[in-house]
Amino acid sequence: MKSADASGSALGAFADNLRAAPRRIREGAFRGGAPHTDRTRSTFVFGNVFLHLHSVRVHRWSLRWWTTAGLGIASVAAFLITLVTGVLLMFYYKPYPDVAYASIKDIHFVVPTGRFMRNIHRWATNVMVVTVILHMARVFYTAAYRSPREFNWLIGLALLVTTLGLSFTGYLLPWDQLAYWAITIGANIAQSPREVTDALGVTDMFDPGGLQRLLLLGSDTVGPEALIRFYLLHVMILPLGLTMLLAVHFWRVRKDGGLARPSDADERLGPPAQTYPVFTEAPAKTYSLAAVVRGRTEAVNRGPENTLPSMPHLFYAELAVTMLTVAVCLALALVSDAPLREVANPLVPENPAKAPWYFLGLQELVSFSAFMGGIGIPAIVILGLALIPYLDREEVQTGDWWGGPGGWPLVRRSIAVGLGSVLALEAFAIRFGWLREWFPAIPQLVVTFVNPATILTLAYGAYSVWLVRRHASARAGALGLFTCFLCGFLVLTVIGTHFRGPNWVFYWSPADWPRH
Amino acid sequence: MLGLSSLWMTAGSMLFALVGALRLPRAAVLDSPSKRVRVSLPETLAAGTAFVPPGRSMAVFRDEDGVFAISTVCTHLGCIIKPTAEGFECPCHGSRFAADGSVTRGPAPQPLRWLKVSASGEQWIVDEAAVVPAGTKVNA
Ligand code: HEM
Ligand code: FES
Repeated sequence: MKSADASGSALGAFADNLRAAPRRIREGAFRGGAPHTDRTRSTFVFGNVFLHLHSVRVHRWSLRWWTTAGLGIASVAAFLITLVTGVLLMFYYKPYPDVAYASIKDIHFVVPTGRFMRNIHRWATNVMVVTVILHMARVFYTAAYRSPREFNWLIGLALLVTTLGLSFTGYLLPWDQLAYWAITIGANIAQSPREVTDALGVTDMFDPGGLQRLLLLGSDTVGPEALIRFYLLHVMILPLGLTMLLAVHFWRVRKDGGLARPSDADERLGPPAQTYPVFTEAPAKTYSLAAVVRGRTEAVNRGPENTLPSMPHLFYAELAVTMLTVAVCLALALVSDAPLREVANPLVPENPAKAPWYFLGLQELVSFSAFMGGIGIPAIVILGLALIPYLDREEVQTGDWWGGPGGWPLVRRSIAVGLGSVLALEAFAIRFGWLREWFPAIPQLVVTFVNPATILTLAYGAYSVWLVRRHASARAGALGLFTCFLCGFLVLTVIGTHFRGPNWVFYWSPADWPRH
Repeated sequence: MLGLSSLWMTAGSMLFALVGALRLPRAAVLDSPSKRVRVSLPETLAAGTAFVPPGRSMAVFRDEDGVFAISTVCTHLGCIIKPTAEGFECPCHGSRFAADGSVTRGPAPQPLRWLKVSASGEQWIVDEAAVVPAGTKVNA
């Protein structure tokens, strides 16, 4: 009797535990209970490993649409889209010359939804490059890189470079003519320090260009070794690196005190609307981070320091931007197919051989000098961008669009200067040619260091130094230089994309290209 | 003190190991095919007309002074150039070269490379890996 009883209750307890298991799993997963109130939502946000990237509450300034324009989140969303679609493409993609081309062809024409996934992947990468650049511009123009956020600006630059690296390595993978010749040119740009070492006659002893190219290609031609290296970089090394950099980036945003905002943001925002926040339950009184302070103080009916709970306000905003990004990528993927030319042919270059559009500005510079255009000037630009927060130690108007001495009128004038000088130089070089055509015997070093690309860089630099002196402010110089840089990038990209035809000759429209 | 120095030694050896591991991606043996090409020139090849051996990036010429070969890999960024009536032109960034390979316009930093040619019976052997001074022509 007794033993049967015991076993009966043991079984009963077993059954009870089994019944309780789903609830316990749920409670274990969401420790604070269902997030129905502001307080449980706070617990939910900081108790969840993914959500706790966010702080529990955000300042109302950060939620204003024009504070960020949602560009950072849009970049993350685009990256997530490339992750999902990229992993799907990996089911069929085979990184070996010619086989790679056939597998992309299969993906494009045979695999169910293959073409759609490939289109989305391709478009999401383009969207990502655009949003990353615009995000950087937003941070710059709102002076949000200033102390204590200098280091996060550097992390951001690393993210930009990694993003460009991802698209460059991805561009080779289809192994078609477009891919093959863009990568041949890219690898030779890596080798272009030889332009200088050759001219100095020291290449035999000191050959950084050759080493870079050898490491990139694993061979002296673009072949199987190069493809597997690019593939490894594209699907492992760079995405992992990007993810790690992103983690640091987000973490720093929080540790640096949320997004940059003007010191008088609270006054400018005015009192929050009376209806907000909606308490669905009296919160426990606590002064911890998760607190929702309530009482007969000034803070009645608004969060501490003019903040709102991240859940739901920040999450709604993020979801909205993510949905918009997804919608844009889907729409583009529906209307326009990713290109696929003939299979790579190492004997006949594509004419014109063009890299992805965001590198065509560089390709335009490279058509003046491989070393300066492909390595020298990009290095100067990256270095200049990296130094900005360390040179601009001012505090006025942090967090304001076009903030700083000169403001929007200065930016407007800089747009004119930036566009004017790049257009003038390009027009001159296209119309009259350059040193080599006039003096065929001129030493190469002269052409390397005196060409439209270097002159443009110098002109922008001189303009910016003049601004620094005139306004007695590093920020003014930075505003001018960054604006000029954007204008130069834009114009060169458009020229490289639209106005350059076979043999890199200038044509007003692709319709004028000669047909063979 | 002891703890600190062992910490630094660990860090040092890890760094050393990492540098050693990075030796791996630097290929010691390259997979490139043989650089020596056997060429038979057509009887009728006129002086100043390029003969391009199938599958190769070079142009072989014959004139009164002998046979010579010029690499058709652009010295700018490695595109394959096209022989034309006046010389060569590159499709990628518009470099032009005279018939002897010297640069006449565009960004190419160096003249085209002349390749070593040697006679082998009725045929010629061109070595893509061996560069000779411009103007070197070979007779059978
Ligand atoms: C972990 C993330 C990613 C994975 C697993 C991945 C995977 C792949 C694979 C397998 C391909 C070859 C298939 C194809 O060419 O269509 C590819 C192509 C490509 N990827 Fe990614 N990718 C990732 C992220 C990115 C990112 C972040 C970018 C750029 C911002 C990018 C840019 C490209 C480009 C431009 C191509 C060529 C697409 C084409 O021609 O179809 N990828 N990717
Ligand atoms: S590769 Fe020939 S001009 Fe650039």
